[in-house]
Amino acid sequence: MNTASVSLGASVSSQSRFMQLALAAFLGVFVMGFVGFSHIDAVHNAAHDYRHSMGFPCH
Amino acid sequence: MTLFRNVVFIAAIAGLVAGVVLACMQAFATVPLILKAEVYEQAGGGHTHDHHAVAPAAPGSNAMSSAEPAEAAVPEDEGWAPADGFERFAFNVVANVVTGIGFALILVAASEFAGGIGNWRQGVFWGFAGFAVFTLAPNLGLPPELPAMPAADLTQRQIWWTATVVATAAGLGLLAFRKSLPLALLAVALIVAPHIVGAPQPDRFESPIPEGLHHQFVVAVTLTNLVFWLVLGAVVGLVRGRLTGVTGLRDSLA
Repeated sequence: MNTASVSLGASVSSQSRFMQLALAAFLGVFVMGFVGFSHIDAVHNAAHDYRHSMGFPCH
Repeated sequence: MTLFRNVVFIAAIAGLVAGVVLACMQAFATVPLILKAEVYEQAGGGHTHDHHAVAPAAPGSNAMSSAEPAEAAVPEDEGWAPADGFERFAFNVVANVVTGIGFALILVAASEFAGGIGNWRQGVFWGFAGFAVFTLAPNLGLPPELPAMPAADLTQRQIWWTATVVATAAGLGLLAFRKSLPLALLAVALIVAPHIVGAPQPDRFESPIPEGLHHQFVVAVTLTNLVFWLVLGAVVGLVRGRLTGVTGLRDSLA
């Protein structure tokens, strides 16, 4: 598979690049965890059908 | 923070599109099966609040006793829940879009470490990887459940689910991006290990849900998720191609 040689952040240092990508991934994990894994009843009920439909552990 | 901003921008568009697509598929494929299962669930006395079913109709009073269980059946110990119908559908769409963006953030960030998704076809392959990591692997050990199905402790299942996702992602990453035999063997071990450990199992397997209904549900969940991931990956590839093209970083023949 040929990977694209262009990057999204044109001129950022590799350390800053790593931090920004890690931050984005962390944000994604947090959002997914809150909607899919939260034990708060209201959150569970609001996303109930979604959790079942994604095969997330439920109830 | 231009890189972070671009990642969030791409993820927001891809998550929105794929989330809406998934919500529409769920409305036809999975939610009707959940509603059917809830009929069995209510017939069995409701989940996590079995004590309601225990309350028998008091033999002495007739009018009051018939009204009382109906009132007690309101799941007051479960807090607020969206009303059936449009409200429930709307919340499902919101949940799909929000987590779609979450999955997209993870997908875009991970793929940027490997050079980025250049076009929609590469996106489809990345989508397949996401499907394998977030749907196939955890659902092998913990098949998608319908309401009222027996299940092990929630926290234990969530831990196993998360560990399986992490191990499978690490294994696939090693297989795809490291060219050494020992690492490939380690990758296979990582992918297999969670299933040797085994998912937490319920104490009892009796279920009020018919086997056929559950099987239908597993197929529906797997296929809707497959389409979701392919759309997510493809849209990331399209939007990213546009973004890098507009800023003049990509040659138009790529």
